[in-house]
Amino acid sequence: MHVGYAILFIALAPVIGGLVSGIDRKITARMQGRVGPPLLQPFYDVGKLFQKEQILVNPSQNFYITSYLVFIVVSGALFFAGGDLLLVIFAFTLAHIFLVLGAYSSYSPYSFIGAERELIQIIAYEPMIILSAVGMYMVTRSFYVADILAADFPLIYYLPGVFIGFLMVLTIKLRKSPFDLSTSHHAHQEIVKGVTTEFSGPMLGRVEVAHWYENVFLLGFIYLFFAWNPLIALVALAIVYFLEIVIDNTYSRVTWQLTLKSSWIIAGLMGLANLGILYYLSEVLHV
Amino acid sequence: MIMLPFLVIFPALVAILLLLIANDSWRRVIVWAGAAVTGAASLSLLFVTPESGPLFYPVGSEMISELMFGAEILIGLFLIYLGVKYRKYLAIFLILFQAAILVLFETGRASIPHHLPPGLFIDQFSLIMALIIGIIGSLICVYSLGYMATYHERHPGVPDRRRSFFFLVFIFLSAMFGLVFSDYLPWVFFFWEVTTLCSFLLIGYSKTDESLKNAFLALNMNILGGIAFAGALIYIMAVSPGGEMLHLHSLIQSGHAIALVPAVLIGFAGITKSALMPFSGWLVGAMVAPTPVSALLHSSTMVKAGVYIIVRFAPVLTGTMEGLIIGLVGGVTFLLASAIAISQGNAKKVLAYSTIANLGLIVACAGVGTYRLVWAAILLIIFHAIAKSLLFLCVGTVEHRIGSRDIEDMTGLIVRMPRISVMMFIGIAGMFLAPFGMLISKWAAIEAFIDAQFGLAFVAILAFGGSLTVLFWSKWMGKIISMCPVAERVENSISTEKWIVLSIITALTVLVCLIFPVISAQLIEPFVLAVYGQTTRLSQDNITIMAMMLFLLMIMPFSLLLHRHDKRIVPAYMGGRPTTPDLTFQGSMGIKQHVGLCNYYFEEVFGEQRLFMAGSALCFGLILLVGTLTAGVAL
Repeated sequence: MHVGYAILFIALAPVIGGLVSGIDRKITARMQGRVGPPLLQPFYDVGKLFQKEQILVNPSQNFYITSYLVFIVVSGALFFAGGDLLLVIFAFTLAHIFLVLGAYSSYSPYSFIGAERELIQIIAYEPMIILSAVGMYMVTRSFYVADILAADFPLIYYLPGVFIGFLMVLTIKLRKSPFDLSTSHHAHQEIVKGVTTEFSGPMLGRVEVAHWYENVFLLGFIYLFFAWNPLIALVALAIVYFLEIVIDNTYSRVTWQLTLKSSWIIAGLMGLANLGILYYLSEVLHV
Repeated sequence: MIMLPFLVIFPALVAILLLLIANDSWRRVIVWAGAAVTGAASLSLLFVTPESGPLFYPVGSEMISELMFGAEILIGLFLIYLGVKYRKYLAIFLILFQAAILVLFETGRASIPHHLPPGLFIDQFSLIMALIIGIIGSLICVYSLGYMATYHERHPGVPDRRRSFFFLVFIFLSAMFGLVFSDYLPWVFFFWEVTTLCSFLLIGYSKTDESLKNAFLALNMNILGGIAFAGALIYIMAVSPGGEMLHLHSLIQSGHAIALVPAVLIGFAGITKSALMPFSGWLVGAMVAPTPVSALLHSSTMVKAGVYIIVRFAPVLTGTMEGLIIGLVGGVTFLLASAIAISQGNAKKVLAYSTIANLGLIVACAGVGTYRLVWAAILLIIFHAIAKSLLFLCVGTVEHRIGSRDIEDMTGLIVRMPRISVMMFIGIAGMFLAPFGMLISKWAAIEAFIDAQFGLAFVAILAFGGSLTVLFWSKWMGKIISMCPVAERVENSISTEKWIVLSIITALTVLVCLIFPVISAQLIEPFVLAVYGQTTRLSQDNITIMAMMLFLLMIMPFSLLLHRHDKRIVPAYMGGRPTTPDLTFQGSMGIKQHVGLCNYYFEEVFGEQRLFMAGSALCFGLILLVGTLTAGVAL
């Protein structure tokens, strides 16, 4: 356990997450032929949110959203401390359940539908994330992030299918089109702001900050696939994120059925097939 | 070690007393006293259980086995009488068939010259089961007092047969104790049959057409399992004429050559009793019974008997094709039952399918049967018993207050019944969220499956099935915590009895998550070590982190204090339409509309009919396959 990295994560992740979000907005704007906001715009936005008066639909929302933020930070910190990947994933799920419950608690039609859709998204991505962890275990014989990071060979060689499956669910997690069902960064959303409809002011600010933390954690997860060479890993991160932005700007939103089906099929085809081959090689052929 | 026969006989004596006494206040006293003594006695077992290996307690007399045989014949006659009365001819046929096998077995057994004295035993696994039966079971008995009184007020058409109700419930506990303490397989079989009888009579308690139909469904399926069990006894007689293999421990230690066929046959009996597909129908149908019966069937008795016996035979099943297929039956059941639960709106049905799913998972662990999986399976049994009994009792209480067990009617329950809602919330969290119990066991199961033979299939099943459970539990949670502004509080007039029981089980749900490392170290690990020669546990780091998470969860509600100055409450956003505080809005054409929010059920994707058919076909095929394989071994 490296407590130092966890503290670094807690301190720096919002900065990195905000910057990534700023770059994202800039590139998106350029793709759409706009100039785009300044790089630091996400910080200005969130800063302003925290200055606003807090209005509520009911007081229990505060509890759920604070818990959401806290458990996102806990799972990220656990990840960067080199903890058990499965425990990280479970804590991560717990955090999202709090977000969903916060949306449910308001008894508002838009956030209610947003909550239901967020749940669909959770069951769409969770199997693939668990399979990714399992894949990393099969290659490195450890669930601990610290051990996976210490592997002196590129995980991506052994886990290409798992990686593709993970990219698929990453689109869901980054709330990018075509899978931004429950809420979206874009203004165009058929259920108003979905899961975040009833959060405003400082509370919405906390949701935003949690999302930054979450994005840094997800980038860290991708880093693991390339961890044997930090330079290549950073390049890979940049390419992956750029790819996500391209997809975001070129696809229109799909239905929940297609989201669930496609992510499960990709998880099944790419992830499971990859793991099956690995299993066959190691258990049967003893390579 | 007088405690062992005491725990078997005492509840039976209480049961007979309850059958004789019609006075309500006396019944109350006896049930309280009986439950308290049973609970205390099972707790006292903690002090007599050995550090390692089983401790035997010979009960010597040959009379007992013969009395049991006589009782089995009487039970058979009684069931045939009921079968004739209600014209259920399939049941009569099955009972006759089973009786024929039994008579055959008993004549064979009587001719064995020198018996090993049959006896009771206790080891850590039996102790865990006894604690579940003694504590959870007794609490449910106490809860039933208040529940059944209200039940009969609400259902004036149902004849008040509370005497036989409490008789059956206590006999049930007695039979479960007998089942987990018996080493002699004919005794295990006797108690097995008593649980079948009790569940049959309790499911049919209200004697409506539906309840009778479902009771006989349960009976047929369980007798089918009973036939397989009796077949196992005959087989053992045939291969071991001296009768020494009729003892559970010598059978398990005898290795694959002798024990595999009986293990598969008894495993099949376990599959019927723990309601895996294709036999899941009876447990779903059993929800017509009064809710405490469901709580009892799902948590501490009946279905737990099924998984108990399969976990016992896990060392025989492990590493065999038969064990793998039995594990797959469990895995398929876990995946499909979890999916079906998504499409259900009836709270008891959701709970039933979740039970079926979890039993499937336990059987999957036991069928593959490595030492790490057995560790996970026992942990699953413990956590499931507590959380599930809590949920059933909560649903029963809510049903009596709001007159519905539909999850859609539980909107805003947190406003209407805040304390019950918090308990229900904890129960649901216990079923699927970190850092609570069931999730710990699922996690352990994933880690253990990866290293098992063909484990990848099970890992995939757990990854996908696990996420399905997240969906149906969360949307139920969301429903109860919706702050519906028009709801009024209806939590008064719930009896103290119910509050006491509910509070204890809620506390247990949390407590067991906190002390599970101790339970693992003191009970589960010694058992696994004694059986397999090696054992496992969660790493200390992870236990520490989870304890911290649990602590964090407990202090999170205080975060509300930070925000106590947030005073501005506004109505929910309604697309800009004029909305009143009681949730009506101006609809089109000027008509006033009420806001109603309803969960998704995805009937077309996760529909019960379709998935049940698929699961039954698949599991039936797997069972046929294992049957063929076993027949090949046997002949």
